[in-house]
Amino acid sequence: MLKIKKSDLNKLYAAIAERQTLYIPCNVSGKVNYAVWGEGADVDLSTLKTVRSAKEVFFPQCEDIVSFKKEGKNISVKSDHKESEDFVVFGVRACDCRSFDILDRVFLSDPVDTFYKTKREHGTVITLACNRPEESCFCFAFGIDNAEPEGDIAAYFAGDYLYWSPKTEKGLNLTKTLNSLLLTATDKDNDALEKEQNNIRQTNERLPFYGLDLSVWGADGLLEKFNSEKWKELSEACVGCGACTFVCPTCQCYDVRDFDKGNGVQRYRCWDSCMYKDFTMMAHGTPRPTQMQRFRQRFMHKLVYYPSNNEGIFSCVGCGRCVEKCPIHMNIVKVIKAFGGEKNE
Amino acid sequence: MSVENKEFKPTIVAFCCNWCSYAGADLAGSGRMQYPADVKIIRVPCSCRVNPMFILRAFQRGADGVILCGCHPGDCHYSTGNYYTRRRMTMLFDFLDYLGIERGRTRVEWVSAAEGARFASVMNDFVKKVRDLGPNRKITDLRCKPVEKEGE
Amino acid sequence: MQKVAEIAQKRAIQLLNQGAVNRVLGWKKGEFPYDETPAVFASADELKDFVYDSFSSPNLSKYLIEESRKEGKVLAFLKPCDTYSFNQLIKEHRVNRENVYIIGIECGGMIDVVTLKNRGAVGLTGADDDGENITAHTLYGDVKVRKEEVLLEKCQACKGKKHVIYDELIIVNPQDEKPRDRFAGVEAIEAMTPQERFDFWRAQLSKCIRCNACRNICPACSCLQCVFDNPKSGVASKASPDTFEEQLYHIIRAFHVAGRCTDCGECSRVCPQDIPLHLLNRKFIKDMSAFYGEYKAGEDSETRPPLVDFSKDDVEPCIISDKGGDR
Repeated sequence: MLKIKKSDLNKLYAAIAERQTLYIPCNVSGKVNYAVWGEGADVDLSTLKTVRSAKEVFFPQCEDIVSFKKEGKNISVKSDHKESEDFVVFGVRACDCRSFDILDRVFLSDPVDTFYKTKREHGTVITLACNRPEESCFCFAFGIDNAEPEGDIAAYFAGDYLYWSPKTEKGLNLTKTLNSLLLTATDKDNDALEKEQNNIRQTNERLPFYGLDLSVWGADGLLEKFNSEKWKELSEACVGCGACTFVCPTCQCYDVRDFDKGNGVQRYRCWDSCMYKDFTMMAHGTPRPTQMQRFRQRFMHKLVYYPSNNEGIFSCVGCGRCVEKCPIHMNIVKVIKAFGGEKNE
Repeated sequence: MSVENKEFKPTIVAFCCNWCSYAGADLAGSGRMQYPADVKIIRVPCSCRVNPMFILRAFQRGADGVILCGCHPGDCHYSTGNYYTRRRMTMLFDFLDYLGIERGRTRVEWVSAAEGARFASVMNDFVKKVRDLGPNRKITDLRCKPVEKEGE
Repeated sequence: MQKVAEIAQKRAIQLLNQGAVNRVLGWKKGEFPYDETPAVFASADELKDFVYDSFSSPNLSKYLIEESRKEGKVLAFLKPCDTYSFNQLIKEHRVNRENVYIIGIECGGMIDVVTLKNRGAVGLTGADDDGENITAHTLYGDVKVRKEEVLLEKCQACKGKKHVIYDELIIVNPQDEKPRDRFAGVEAIEAMTPQERFDFWRAQLSKCIRCNACRNICPACSCLQCVFDNPKSGVASKASPDTFEEQLYHIIRAFHVAGRCTDCGECSRVCPQDIPLHLLNRKFIKDMSAFYGEYKAGEDSETRPPLVDFSKDDVEPCIISDKGGDR
């Protein structure tokens, strides 16, 4: 276990940024999102949830794939795939970190998404424990420990220090380059940290969603849930925007589009939302013509389809962003509960 | 070839109504009146046909200035089309100005079928003004820039 | 407020039982005080979950576009500003007035959860509203703030407490009309230099994630298919791969609702990135009133909106192009 004084954090950022691009939550125009660190950046690690999740460093909202250019009678094709450079993403919460595993299962299984893979290989993830979980958090329902996050390096705030614990080869390599800044933690430090972690876990128990129970969800009972009458009522108020999907750390659907540049075509991919009515539009039209069907798709995917393809793992990490951002406040927790997902207290 | 030495030649899109302004442009042409070749005319049935989207799309694809020409108010072939144009464009232009986009890049002029000379002078004047503003950088799509212009 | 909710609930049950309406459009209790969802209630039993308090911000008029076309009469609770939206929808023939029974409900201003949280109410689990002050209960202790300071932007710039259309009213505590300046924000931007304005909007619009929440919540955005969803339009990009697309989306959207936007403020409320979208719409409202005479969309259901109207002596667009100044 290593440590660094909170007041020295800027030196740490600078030292990392000297060698690699550093993505860190920054307050830009009043909202906290991951941004590239530079001198004078308004780093904000106290805001628990960035608006956009950390997935965007591996899976950006827009990404060029290939471009076509017409020259006379020939068409030249240029791939926009580039090997990623090494980068670091700092301040990833436990929930967002787990979301990378969920995305990995989609993008790194055959056929491998090379755009995603290269970023994953070159990115070092530094996580951060959540000192002050919020009311919309329910990561614990998915077995995530917000006091002990995963990642290449786990970091924790306690007292005047940021504690630093490398967990993987990548993490150790990065730590080596920062040796001059990091001090070794003493037994006393370890005690302080442990106390802070206990604090976090106790706070979790006071959270409103602590009793959330997903045992009725998973691969079983697919048809019964699919055909349930409840979807109609749940989806009634949904306005069909994509706010929930675009702030979600685990939503991985994208669309591939062509942009006519006038002198050629740029093919790119961009996030798509199953809440949109032109989602998976085909020649015959859309397979889900009503908002109820689209709404059902989103939650069935997270809580039933994904687990049935992935050993029972849910594709939700309980970050609670959708709980906070939905314009009409319909969210996954209300859906889970509507199907009996609450423990009797 | 250095970029600085090249004089900036603005790309201008002119939407001209079929009944007055396009005929005015024709007259300017047949009367051999000079106006810059950088003006690209798009014929529309009425100035009122021009949706704000057209203007933005022209900027997107490389226009440095957009001018919209129609019949004089009161002379619209469809009686009232240009009255609507007038309101819409006033609103749009003020809005673009509000977003910080140079207000000199957009313009509405009324040019009748008999005003060939006026058409030429309006275009000369507009091109000059846009040239003074320099290339459009605030409301343009970087993907549409021709490759050789990169790094300009 | 508690009392208003009780009266509203009772009246809804009464109208249901009488058969005057066959369903009720209102707000349904959520997990927290602040996450109420618009809902249709069909029975007295379902109405148990009905709530109305300072977090009932969603404008229900948008739902009436669909609800009023269904069979039978629907009872809708509309706040004063929501009635403007409804009126405007009547004007555009988007709702069937006959099928809606409107109860105008008093409004003491709605609270902005984001502002409340920024004021220290992190981990918000409950809130008490005494009309003057809000006591927010959080996981980390109570936070007391003045209500006036945590109101939604739309309430800070309240258009007035008058309902412009209703069948009956529920008003327990008549609210004072406070003169509010809706256009101060617009004027502040107008006073900037063009470069400052450009930088301001670039910074704000570059936050946009194109979730379309502003469009989909907007009562004026009632197109069956939006141009930005139509693959044949050439602008349906789903995301903004370029700064131009950010500008395009917001300019076109603001322009398309110009003259029809009642300034209900829902766009700014729902924006996940808190882009001040109301400043776009209010610019149009301000300009239209300045150039074509005072006009308030939704104030009545008959007059023609300025952009589908004209007069022979309207100002010429060159008053903008020739304004001079540094551009």
